[in-house]
Amino acid sequence: MKILVTVKRVIDYNVKVRVKPDQSDVDLANVKMAMNPFCEIAVEAAVRLKEAGIATEIVAVSVGPSACQEQIRTALALGADRGIQIDTAEPPESLVVAKLLAAVVAAEQPELVILGKQSIDADNNQTGQMLAALLDWPQATFASALALQEGRLEVTREIDGGLQTLSLALPAIVTTDLRLNEPRYASLPNIMKAKKKLLEVRTPAELGVALKAHTRLLKVEAPAERQGGIKVGSVSELVEKLKSEAKVI
Amino acid sequence: MREAMEFDVVIVGAGPAGLSAACRLMQLAAEQNRPLEVCVVEKGSEVGAHILSGAVFESRALDELFPDWQERGAPLHTPVTTDEVYLLRNAEQAVKLPDALLPKSLHNAGNHIVSLGNLVRWLGEQAEALGVQVFPGFAAAELLYDESGRVRGVATGDMGVAADGSHKDGFMPGMELHARYTLFAEGCRGHLGKQLAERFELARNADPQHYGLGIKELWDIDPARHRPGLVIHGAGWPLDKDTGGGFFLYHAENHQVVVGLIVDLNYANPWLSPFDEFQRLKHHPVLKQYLEGGKRVSYGARAIAKGGFNALPEMAFPGGLLLGCDAGTLNVAKIKGSHTAMKSGLLAAETVFAALTEELADSAWAPRWKAAFEASWLHEELYRSRNFGPALHRLGPLAGGAFNFVEQNVFAGRLPITLHDRQTDHARLRPAAEFSPIAYRKPDGVLSFDKPASVFLSNTNHEENQPCHLVLKDGALPLRENLPRYAEPAQRYCPAGVYEVLGAEQGEPRLQINAQNCLHCKTCDIKDPSQNIVWVAPEGGGGPNYPNM
Ligand SMILES: Cc1cc2nc3c(=O)[nH]c(=O)nc-3n(C[C@H](O)[C@H](O)[C@H](O)COP(=O)(O)OP(=O)(O)OC[C@H]3O[C@@H](n4cnc5c(N)ncnc54)[C@H](O)[C@@H]3O)c2cc1C
Ligand SMILES: Cc1cc2nc3c(=O)[nH]c(=O)nc-3n(C[C@H](O)[C@H](O)[C@H](O)COP(=O)(O)OP(=O)(O)OC[C@H]3O[C@@H](n4cnc5c(N)ncnc54)[C@H](O)[C@@H]3O)c2cc1C
Ligand code: SF4
Repeated sequence: MKILVTVKRVIDYNVKVRVKPDQSDVDLANVKMAMNPFCEIAVEAAVRLKEAGIATEIVAVSVGPSACQEQIRTALALGADRGIQIDTAEPPESLVVAKLLAAVVAAEQPELVILGKQSIDADNNQTGQMLAALLDWPQATFASALALQEGRLEVTREIDGGLQTLSLALPAIVTTDLRLNEPRYASLPNIMKAKKKLLEVRTPAELGVALKAHTRLLKVEAPAERQGGIKVGSVSELVEKLKSEAKVI
Repeated sequence: MREAMEFDVVIVGAGPAGLSAACRLMQLAAEQNRPLEVCVVEKGSEVGAHILSGAVFESRALDELFPDWQERGAPLHTPVTTDEVYLLRNAEQAVKLPDALLPKSLHNAGNHIVSLGNLVRWLGEQAEALGVQVFPGFAAAELLYDESGRVRGVATGDMGVAADGSHKDGFMPGMELHARYTLFAEGCRGHLGKQLAERFELARNADPQHYGLGIKELWDIDPARHRPGLVIHGAGWPLDKDTGGGFFLYHAENHQVVVGLIVDLNYANPWLSPFDEFQRLKHHPVLKQYLEGGKRVSYGARAIAKGGFNALPEMAFPGGLLLGCDAGTLNVAKIKGSHTAMKSGLLAAETVFAALTEELADSAWAPRWKAAFEASWLHEELYRSRNFGPALHRLGPLAGGAFNFVEQNVFAGRLPITLHDRQTDHARLRPAAEFSPIAYRKPDGVLSFDKPASVFLSNTNHEENQPCHLVLKDGALPLRENLPRYAEPAQRYCPAGVYEVLGAEQGEPRLQINAQNCLHCKTCDIKDPSQNIVWVAPEGGGGPNYPNM
């Protein structure tokens, strides 16, 4: 089985996000970037399927400028076999990404596509769902467990009330949740080997996809700064403050 | 079982020294058409993540390494236009020194204001393009020796070890990196460099190394107050007359300024808190005039090695070299260490490359290194400024300053006298009872801030479940000796609030070490009065993630 995994280059989760003074966007100049943590989980899931003898080849795809080759190399160091960068100036909006991925799926014919449930920069939580719709494939989002049972994919999902288990026909789309696995570290020899693995660059034009924007970013604002707390001396003081100052009861 | 990889040269630390050595080695290999395997390990999550500097940058070494750095897009965008030097007399007043009174070493015409972190990121790209294997996220944790006692490389730290030493899911043992030569460029107070100096007695003919703690912030300021290229240095308030140090405020690009304070770590008063001194410094009109209406963007801290020429150890040992601030090549008269660190890397590359091609034994190679070093402008520059620090330490800021002025301006450092300063920094700390505690004002949240809010902006993080990387040789010593005698100074000198004494009011004091917040500045390793704290490398990738610092 061939697996396609998607890896997005995002601001590192350790970095405190800063809005540009003109509020046009988040400031990314010389900021540490990394693979989206949910994409790391997707890569790990694919590598485990390969180690279990289920997957035969893993192709890692990223959409964005050439800098995102760094994240593809990371995926290759973690165990993916080859990479594809779809070259765009900025990572486009989810629908365009989904269309580009659909074109890659048409060319590569994988049986399984694993994506992160969301990227921690834009938090859209929609690329996987859009891709499933475009391909008309079954999908299982928020996966916390994954197994292959007699040619069908069994996926456990985290939902508000508990766990739900789905059985999907292949080919299928899966998006990963936090508890699916704990990604491994890349080892030095694997990082060196990753530099020699095949990494193709494709353009949207080659894939026949127009980069049409459906949304426009108007403004980014930092959340209001939290006011310092106070210590209350007694329950009655607390109740009094909640009534008269916070006006919540 | 650890696996091993073989290289010609392994370099520890992707700072100016390490990356300059790496680039030069590959240039030489390309010129002579010789295959060469060079790798650089860097404990930060990416190249530049742990670099914190001023910085006013002198491009002399860069000119030698990449004469075409401009075309290659090196991030030197802001030439210095004006130098101003102030003596702060108190919280309100200051004297601006007339130009004619400045030591020549403090004139910066021809230099650039840079983010050293960004310059190092660029150097990292050049190194990779030249074929160097650069491995960020991997700390060199252990020295490796061959049977003859020669250094044969380093081992990277294990990944995925729990706090109790057990192996977590995904445990990955460290790698042995073997090399014919290993170059240590860990910066000030490198933890492997320290072990090498002890083992090979590299400092036997040198004065003890002296240190300062540099605390720095990056600010977005009101564009109307921005004067790109303006360089301000100063000394005096808020530090008392017995405490050495000075501040800087540089107007960089993009309506940003960097502001920082360096406090000499030979201070005596254990109540002193470099962090709080820096916070109150920003309220002085000389600094406030630029910061007011601005917004703090980043915060960090790093020690500097400022002992200069007299404290410089032997840099060569069997199998390798100590480079840059790992040895102590900073020029304290200029307060600049990046161009000298780079030059040490270039010299190292040239001698090591010659040794590899000619297959020299250490006995033949070490003298060559020494000769090359002694014939270089690096040696000349450090020699001329050798009295600058000791004069300040021994004669005090005023008389020492006068001495430095005459020596540097009139005699250009050529006077045939050498001042020494033979007391270690940690030994200068006096008992708390000899001083009264310093009452620092509460930060106002506009110009001054508390430690947690500051550390937050350093983007520092360490995997929580791992062995503590701040090792106490004697776990009971802090409460037994440091607390009663020095009121545990680590609470105040650590710029990240890593050391906290809790429960003292209830009469049950205990020391809590918040290792996750560590900024890798190395101050605790330097200033602990009993030398009881040993900084070791945490799991690779941990530590600050400085942007533009
Ligand atoms: C990319 C990403 C996505 C995630 N998505 C999800 C998700 O979808 N669902 C989910 O359930 N979880 C998610 N998590 C995990 C979740 O965010 C964290 O595990 C959770 O917030 C940890 O809670 P905690 O209280 O244990 O955190 P801690 O790390 O213990 O503490 C968090 C807070 O406590 C403060 N703090 C820490 N130490 C101290 C101290 N000594 N004194 C005072 N304050 C302190 C910190 O500053 C911080 O504000 C995600 C994590 C990441 C990285
Ligand atoms: C506040 C401040 C202001 C300064 N201002 C100026 C200035 O204006 N001009 C100037 O020229 N100089 C200035 N300096 C000095 C200058 O920054 C240093 O001299 C210079 O950075 C030294 O370069 P280096 O390569 O020796 O070490 P560093 O720059 O410290 O680099 C060492 C690198 O090695 C890594 N490392 C360390 N140990 C290990 C390990 N065991 N394994 C893997 N990686 C490791 C570190 O993470 C780091 O990336 C200033 C310094 C400070 C702190
Ligand atoms: S724990 Fe030590 S090295 Fe870390 S920030 Fe504090 S003083 Fe610096």
